[in-house]
Amino acid sequence: MIESKTRQVDQLTPAFEAEADELVTHYPVSKRSASLPLLHLWQNQFGFVDDTGVEWIAAKLDLTPVNILELVTFYPWFRREAAGKVVIRVCRTLACAMAGSYDVKEKFCEAVGLDPHAEHHGFGTAPPTTPDGKFSVEFVECLASCGSAPVALIGDDLVENIKPADIASIVKNLQ
Amino acid sequence: MASLLHNPPHPKERRIIFENLTKPGYAPDIETYLAHGGYESLKKAVTMKPVEIVDAVKAANLRGRGGAGFPCGTKWSFIKYDDGKPHYIVVNGDESEPGTFKDRYILHEDPHQLIEGLAISAFATNTHLAYIYIRCEFPHAARIVWNAIKEAKARGFIGKNLLGTGFDLEIYVHQGAGAYICGEETSLLESLEGKRPYPRIKPPYFPAVLGLYMKPTIVNNVETLCHVKHIIRLGAAEYARMGTPGDGGTRTFGVSGDVVRPGVYELPCGAVTLRELIFDICGGLKPGRTLKAVIPGGSSAKVMRAEDVYKIKVKGPDGAMIDKEIPMLDVVMDASTLQAVGTMVGSAGVMIMDDSRDMVWALNNLNQFYAHESCGQCTPCREGSLWMSKMTTRMLDGGGRAEDSKNLLSIADNIAGRTICAFGEACSWPTQSFLAKFPEEFAKTAAK
Repeated sequence: MIESKTRQVDQLTPAFEAEADELVTHYPVSKRSASLPLLHLWQNQFGFVDDTGVEWIAAKLDLTPVNILELVTFYPWFRREAAGKVVIRVCRTLACAMAGSYDVKEKFCEAVGLDPHAEHHGFGTAPPTTPDGKFSVEFVECLASCGSAPVALIGDDLVENIKPADIASIVKNLQ
Repeated sequence: MASLLHNPPHPKERRIIFENLTKPGYAPDIETYLAHGGYESLKKAVTMKPVEIVDAVKAANLRGRGGAGFPCGTKWSFIKYDDGKPHYIVVNGDESEPGTFKDRYILHEDPHQLIEGLAISAFATNTHLAYIYIRCEFPHAARIVWNAIKEAKARGFIGKNLLGTGFDLEIYVHQGAGAYICGEETSLLESLEGKRPYPRIKPPYFPAVLGLYMKPTIVNNVETLCHVKHIIRLGAAEYARMGTPGDGGTRTFGVSGDVVRPGVYELPCGAVTLRELIFDICGGLKPGRTLKAVIPGGSSAKVMRAEDVYKIKVKGPDGAMIDKEIPMLDVVMDASTLQAVGTMVGSAGVMIMDDSRDMVWALNNLNQFYAHESCGQCTPCREGSLWMSKMTTRMLDGGGRAEDSKNLLSIADNIAGRTICAFGEACSWPTQSFLAKFPEEFAKTAAK
């Protein structure tokens, strides 16, 4: 368990709760189906999902907390600790690797000041993150843009045909 | 998004799915869609009997475009229109198979095409609730599709009493969370139910029997449903005529890797050979390079080697089956030919590798993918995919052993056929086929 000083649930707003209620209505047959949407909503709001988030979502959907925790630990997208404000997800899989994605990832790490060889074990841990909390860099599996390899998902935006020489300026524009 | 749809289209291309979205100024909003004949197929479909729609899709010989290639009309006909149960349609927009990048264009640039195809299929199968499952790595696509749903609802194309027919259809977007396994249809359903997305034990083999919430459900790929719109528009016979007898219509190929013009190309099924695809349509290989290998249908499809000559049986002039030898480059890129030569058209994600590529390195990349993405439910796959990945990594790191090839094959052979879902085959086929086609490279790396 990751210890956190502040409880995310204490920062909930009425607007957040209204959005959560709206999402539950998308699943008239079984509200358990809203677990992924609520986890996304939570992580988008707070950056990660702490114990109080797991408990709040479970209570909202009449589930036990483990029903939510087992999703957080299964899906690579969800985290139990904070990542950088901007997460740079470099595609690792074959077409991108053939186009130089390992080099691209290393250059991104260097440009933001991370150790390119730092291990990331997943299972809810945050990817390597800069001390100022600005950037995280990680490899992800196929981003489904093999024809414009190498690619990276930077925040919500796909950046394609990345040339190692351009990486410093891509990062500078994110500052 | 960089456009990988090259204009003007190659003469061999026939754009149906990509016809509009490659036009200058085409936008994903409903006004643009309506100005390009949008929702006319739906208007026509609601004047037909539901069974006529299903029969048209059957007669069109439409095969699923997600990877398994199951005949779409047959899948629909498993749903009994009046069985008194709720039915569901789930659109598989979890596009995650390495080498595949076609659905992203439809979702981002022509979402109403999908919604129209989905509405037609819902009308044909008496379905009133549908979900479009989109991988969360497409955040813009999710927003664009949501917006399109709202637009279509405001115009009465979906929602309550669509087009005044008394038929109701609600559609929602559901986002995944970064797991490849959710592309497996029963895993996708578990994911949508809010559970850990472990694929379901078969039988029943089809979600049409027990699907979402244990009710009859159709799971179709994004592109597949878009084709439905065009089957209604063109008529089944004309649609089917574009393809081959067992593989109707067009298919969108995503070509990546070592070619001059990687991209998405919409081609009539069976219209081109691998040679035409690589050398005419994609501009050939990079200067000075020769072809080494092709993975024809997404990373799970078995690899083909440039020197391969396949022996297949074809119908001779007198109607009797005769043996024919086909060099690798003359293989026709349709479902039945690729199956006959021991691989598959799959998701039509074609990855080209030239002579600069190390096949142990390429397999290791795929092995790492499968080791990462195995859901862990079945022991052979959970352990085996990781073992294969560790072995190829060790070989590349200079720790090769004489018995590596034998052991890799043994692991792969003990995964395939021994797991709940087809991921077992998907993660074994690369290892089995890379070893079968390039044994000397593995022996050489093992000896280092």
